[in-house]
Amino acid sequence: MSHLFEGPDWTFDKIAAAYDAMAPVALDDLRLDIYPNQIEVISSEQMLDAYSSVGMPLMYQHWSFGKHFLREEYRYRKGRRGLAYELVINSNPCITYLMEENTMALQALVIAHAAFGHNHFFKNNYLFRQWTDASAILGYLEFAKRFIAQCEERHGPAAVERVLDSAHALMEQGIFRYRRPPRPSQEALRRRERARREHEERSFRELDRTVPRPRKTAQENEPVPEWPAQAEIKLPEENLLYFLEKNSPVLEEWQREILRIVRVIAQYFYPQRQTKVMNEGCATFVHYHMMNALFDRGLVPEGAMLEILQNHTNVVLQPAFDDPRSQGINPYALGFEMMQDIKRICEKPTNEDRDWFPALAGSGDWRAALLDAWANYRDESFILQFLSPSLIRKLRLFVLSDDADETQYEVASIHNERGYENIRTVLAASYDIAARPDIQAVDADMMGDRQLRLNHMVHEGRLLDEETRDLVLTHIRRLWGYDVSLADIDAETGETLDEWEADPG
Amino acid sequence: MPSFIDRRLNPGSKSLSNRQRFLKRARAELKRSIDRQIRTGKIADVDGEHVVPIPLDGTGEPSFRHTPDEGRRQGVLPGNREFVPGDRIPKPPGGGGQGGRGGNASDSGESEDDFNFVLTREEVLDLFFEDLELPDMVKLYLKENAAKKPRRAGFSTAGSPANINVGRTMRGSLGRRIALRRPRLSEIEALENEIAALEAMAKPSPANLALQEDLRTRCEALKRRRKLVSFVDPIDVRYNRFEQTPVPNASAVMFCLMDVSGSMGEREKDLAKRFFMLLHLFLKRRYHRTEIVFIRHTHEAKEVDENTFFYSTESGGTVVSTALDEMLRIIKARYPANEWNIYAAQASDGDNMPNDCARCIALLQERVMQLCQYYAYVEIIDARESSIFANTDNGTALWQAYRMVADTWTNFQMARVARPADIYTVFRSLFARRAAIRAGA
Repeated sequence: MSHLFEGPDWTFDKIAAAYDAMAPVALDDLRLDIYPNQIEVISSEQMLDAYSSVGMPLMYQHWSFGKHFLREEYRYRKGRRGLAYELVINSNPCITYLMEENTMALQALVIAHAAFGHNHFFKNNYLFRQWTDASAILGYLEFAKRFIAQCEERHGPAAVERVLDSAHALMEQGIFRYRRPPRPSQEALRRRERARREHEERSFRELDRTVPRPRKTAQENEPVPEWPAQAEIKLPEENLLYFLEKNSPVLEEWQREILRIVRVIAQYFYPQRQTKVMNEGCATFVHYHMMNALFDRGLVPEGAMLEILQNHTNVVLQPAFDDPRSQGINPYALGFEMMQDIKRICEKPTNEDRDWFPALAGSGDWRAALLDAWANYRDESFILQFLSPSLIRKLRLFVLSDDADETQYEVASIHNERGYENIRTVLAASYDIAARPDIQAVDADMMGDRQLRLNHMVHEGRLLDEETRDLVLTHIRRLWGYDVSLADIDAETGETLDEWEADPG
Repeated sequence: MPSFIDRRLNPGSKSLSNRQRFLKRARAELKRSIDRQIRTGKIADVDGEHVVPIPLDGTGEPSFRHTPDEGRRQGVLPGNREFVPGDRIPKPPGGGGQGGRGGNASDSGESEDDFNFVLTREEVLDLFFEDLELPDMVKLYLKENAAKKPRRAGFSTAGSPANINVGRTMRGSLGRRIALRRPRLSEIEALENEIAALEAMAKPSPANLALQEDLRTRCEALKRRRKLVSFVDPIDVRYNRFEQTPVPNASAVMFCLMDVSGSMGEREKDLAKRFFMLLHLFLKRRYHRTEIVFIRHTHEAKEVDENTFFYSTESGGTVVSTALDEMLRIIKARYPANEWNIYAAQASDGDNMPNDCARCIALLQERVMQLCQYYAYVEIIDARESSIFANTDNGTALWQAYRMVADTWTNFQMARVARPADIYTVFRSLFARRAAIRAGA
């Protein structure tokens, strides 16, 4: 059988031929289940553009994206960082961006990685199924972009920027971690917006504007009926953006809409942040398996295979902790090694594996085992379930304890019989997104001074960084309109450690 | 089968607007950074790209995050070689900052590391010359052969086919068709169907035949009307209209006058050069076309090229008025004052033949200042003298003389420079907006 492609140059025909040859491996051999693919070729500048707008093909405008663009561009120009070969978007159809500079071998690798690996993961992992709506995201972003542009026209870019700045500061706190909020459909959103605007236009009278009015104080300025009654405020609430959007006494309707947009986008990325290791591991495993399968059938020339393997090894390189290149655990490496390990356990288990993974060991059907893992786990539970002693030994993992009051770190566990469990637990916990600052709105006195009280649950004595804490509190105060305070509460004893007032800014 | 899309042809620079928003926000700090770079760097550097650190003020993106300095945490690291449980490893100096790495893997917030970015030449100059302006007198005389540029100016009923405005044309056509009740094709078809149905009858009754006849006439009438009222009529057609508007041909000439007698050493020349460069850049931003004339003088003045101006030395006495004479001659010969914005910058160490000062004053007062938009005099003094000359009242012979000119002409400015670092401040004070000067006075 002749090779699918020769030489480094790619054409759309070659890519299509490679895709057609890959599809059976992915769909029949690995039994992947994917969204339809949309493969787009872009230039390096467009890749930088996409980088800086959080990887989405369209995004509203904000200076922070410009800042990220400048940073990425500078690093890229200095050669300090290569660009990703690919970018994939969790949408239906699944959009994969290929860089035009890639060689044909890389394009094939990237298609296997993104268009099959990531795509399958997006479509099947329970978090994505539960939290994101792949077919609606592009429509929503388009709505968001247009809405914010219109707000800028109506209210001025500075006013919109202020709201966005504050909302961005709370993005981490704009997520429902455990429940899914009722969300109106795109159509409903647009209808609501249209109705709102029609109302404004109907009730607008040029003459009114010429009538002199008494100067309004901040308090009189608020539309009275929009205050939520005390009884309507549901507390506690962990999603601060949602809370402010629904209950802030001072926000106007368009400002609430902006909070909602930021919140929806944050929520959209929530599953991706919880599945970094699995998502990349899945994609890396899939491309490795597929490229090898194609090579075994004689479809990929040896030169190209060497290039593919070289890139693959770069991606899954796990430098030791004291290596200057070290950035901690490489999610690609960890995910890939764990999935290879699952395959090994299914096919050639050792006695140790039989002890640790009785259900998996020797079952032979690693495809089913992996499909199940990809569908039903997130990073934390995946590591807790599947990190094997043999892999701990291979990566030579160890646990370091850091107590801020001590001058030394302590090695808590290493890769030995007694350490496996602890290493597994600690590593899993470090991927638990719930370990981020745990902040909730607990009280808002709507009948009295309208002060908003927030609690920060302090685990293991881990406090908030003061500087950013004060800045974010100021942002919250801006959105709430009245005093805001934050109390550090010890999670174990429940006692209040300290309390901070927001600076009115 | 996937769909393949080639996006490379899409317009680029999607982030341009975000970039501008960011620069606007970071303006104050970027400006400080650029000022600092320019003050210390070479003057030629102004005219190029600049690498500046990303400012932190006003562009931070705060979020709640844990501080690495408090609390207890555990982290997993790869690549253990010799550690056993219970080993203690000293923390790296400089607090627990780096220690965060050993900590919670998901806890590492975005670090504001020292990254820089590149400002384009335009952006640098924008920041650099912000709130400077050319003293009020921008002449915009139009030359005889002023260029013209087409500008959109509504629509017209005549024009070239390339300029047809389809939207407008079809709007007119639709209105006319409705007004003149042009029959629709569907109406005619309905009638024809009816006729066909009647014709298909085996034995039409006389009433049917009459009806058929009637329908035929109606159908014919409709068809005729449809032909008469055309779909697009010449009166519907609209063209985009363009008007030729003359482009103001604003050009400026800048005279650089410098004393090159023995007393002007390398240092003095370098300072003067910096000043001239700044002025040139500044003018280039304001005018489409800027020309520079270099006049150097000892006891006689000569127009020279740039290289000679800055790098060759000449010996001789110092007669400043010769340079003014030469300038006037060149203005008369090549740069008529009604077409050119004339700027002059003179650099000197202040020496002059004692009896020449009066002549300089006379030349300036009576002739030069009437032609010039602006005249800047920069006196280059020794760094050691700068304290002596802190007061503007005392100074060299030329300084004293020029003070009198400055009193009469507001567009005559003078300043002293001792160090390269002064150049920029002096330049700014010379060209600062009027309001700012008044506020400062």
